[in-house]
Amino acid sequence: MSKELIRLRDLCMAYDDELVLDHLNLYINDKEFLTLLGPSGCGKTTTLRIIGGFTTPASGDVLFGGVRINDVPPHKRQINTVFQKYALFPHLNVFENIAFGLRMQRLPDASGKRRNRLPEEEIRSRVMEMLEAVSLKGFENRRIDALSGGQQQRVAIARALVNRPKVLLLDEPLGALDLKLRKDMQIELKRIQQQVGITFIYVTHDQEEALTMSDTIVVMDKGSIQQIGTPEDIYNEPKNAFVADFIGESNIIDGLMVRDHLVQMYGRQFPCLDGGFAENEPVDVVIRPEDIDIVPVEQGQLTGTVTNVTFKGMQYDIIVDFRGFKWLIQTTDHSPVGARIGIKIDPDGIHVMKKSPYSGMFGDYSSFSDEYDELDVVEPEEGSGDES
Amino acid sequence: MNHKLSRFAVPYVVWMALFVVAPIVLVVIYAFTSDAGGFTLDNFARMGTYAVVFGRSFKLALIATLICLLIGYPVSYVMSKEGPRFQRAAMVLIMLPMWINFLLRTYSWMSILENNGLLNRLFQKTGLIHLYNSLFGTDLSYFPMMNTQGAVILGMVYNYLPFMILPIYSVIVKLDGSLIEAARDLGADTLSVFRKVILPLSLPGVLSGITMVFVPSVSTFAISKMLGGGTEMILGDLIEQQFLGGAYNPQLGAAISLVMMLIVVVCMVVMNRFGEGEEQAVML
Repeated sequence: MSKELIRLRDLCMAYDDELVLDHLNLYINDKEFLTLLGPSGCGKTTTLRIIGGFTTPASGDVLFGGVRINDVPPHKRQINTVFQKYALFPHLNVFENIAFGLRMQRLPDASGKRRNRLPEEEIRSRVMEMLEAVSLKGFENRRIDALSGGQQQRVAIARALVNRPKVLLLDEPLGALDLKLRKDMQIELKRIQQQVGITFIYVTHDQEEALTMSDTIVVMDKGSIQQIGTPEDIYNEPKNAFVADFIGESNIIDGLMVRDHLVQMYGRQFPCLDGGFAENEPVDVVIRPEDIDIVPVEQGQLTGTVTNVTFKGMQYDIIVDFRGFKWLIQTTDHSPVGARIGIKIDPDGIHVMKKSPYSGMFGDYSSFSDEYDELDVVEPEEGSGDES
Repeated sequence: MNHKLSRFAVPYVVWMALFVVAPIVLVVIYAFTSDAGGFTLDNFARMGTYAVVFGRSFKLALIATLICLLIGYPVSYVMSKEGPRFQRAAMVLIMLPMWINFLLRTYSWMSILENNGLLNRLFQKTGLIHLYNSLFGTDLSYFPMMNTQGAVILGMVYNYLPFMILPIYSVIVKLDGSLIEAARDLGADTLSVFRKVILPLSLPGVLSGITMVFVPSVSTFAISKMLGGGTEMILGDLIEQQFLGGAYNPQLGAAISLVMMLIVVVCMVVMNRFGEGEEQAVML
């Protein structure tokens, strides 16, 4: 896409003997919206803090534009951060919060010796410009605690962007907002990123957020990168069972790669598009719930029994038992509990992955209630997120 | 439920009425009463002669408060940056003198500051007095430290310093660390982080510390009596004299008390205004 801006080389980090980052390597392009995605404890926030300069890696290098910046303190990096709970200054009003970074700036004068503050008019015009960009014009004299969660969020973004950083770091910035506002802010953030044309590095555990906004998604678990790719890559071609399970819903079935373009599950052979495996190599097969067609029993490649049906508005989520292994199928046709159904999967609905340490850990909906509930887990709301 | 529970507040209300409200009412009545028992403003008119004492009281209390602030703020700041074990130990050390009776603590300062007390003997042993004499051409056998304003201020600082440290410390230690990170992120170096974020946010603690040191300092009488030797009379001594001393005149004493109380209340209202909107209001 464009040139490399940040490179993380062989980063290691441990807290109390617990490995948080395990030889992490990553490069980040200029003007890219990159998301670090993973469950809590996967090392994504630590990675962000290392880029921001708040945490020093135990080993490894952080390069910025080719220069090693391990020892550069945060206030000297061309990087700004939107903190998880915004960290707005409660003793300053909206204007002064946004102006904070500008007031810290010192410019060398003509001789290059003395360092001058930014002129007040410039501070004023830049803050006002920023307020307009985040649609908070007229709020400049408000106290921070007189703002709603969404407004505070936008002040935090404005406060960071007004400094015209090369990179903006965002640490789960939408976590405290309610669902509707979160969706609006996702689009807003993407728009802002395209407008200012700088690199955004975004940390979240919310796969939907990641898919919506990112140019590149980095899926992390246990301090290691599991997969790097575009949202489409990550969703359609997950590298292992962890990624397949974490991004969207997946049925992950033990299979055998008979030969290129032919995979065997449940003793039956299914044509597929994947290749490049050894003959008869054991594999994990991912089938997304929306890629499964329900057909009459006699036409089905497999037959199973419906054990649970949930109406989801746009579709039914049904759980189907195939010889003890339960699949999730999303369909617009209703099938009653207890019905025998057949299913058909098109070759492009089948994705084959190499076996990994995660094999067998995910992708079965037997423990239906446990795993399925994760879908709808809403993070506990912090404060009110509603616009008033 | 609420109604039932409110019965438990009765002892407190009675206590407050008996020992706080009633005495204040009595002070007010006395202040406006003449010897004979009629209404008068004479008591206030006569206070003019004691303007010096008022001035001295406020001067000494202000100096003591300022010194407490200059010592207390850095101590609180450093403490809050250390680990929890250090913080606990430091807290015990700060509180430790408070476990000893106030008068005993002050008496022990007398034996330290006396003309042939601990400090002077130390100065003699180390030759400091000799050095001073030869430098300034004096002929002292000891430094006179007792019965000076300095001794009174020292007593105030020593006794009330914990009341400065504790509120400041408790505000700084609770400061959201992400605010400091945000400031650094926005380009503030260590000094700017302190000036622009930590200092303004710790102001409520500073204000309540100032109040908690200034109010008892301005009204104390034991400290000035013991360390000032009565030569540096301040308001507390003056009032005591009117009630218990030779100058027996409870009406005048009440009037002085009332004026002092009003001044303190005005000070606190001003302080509260100053810190308005801050999380923690200055408390009495």
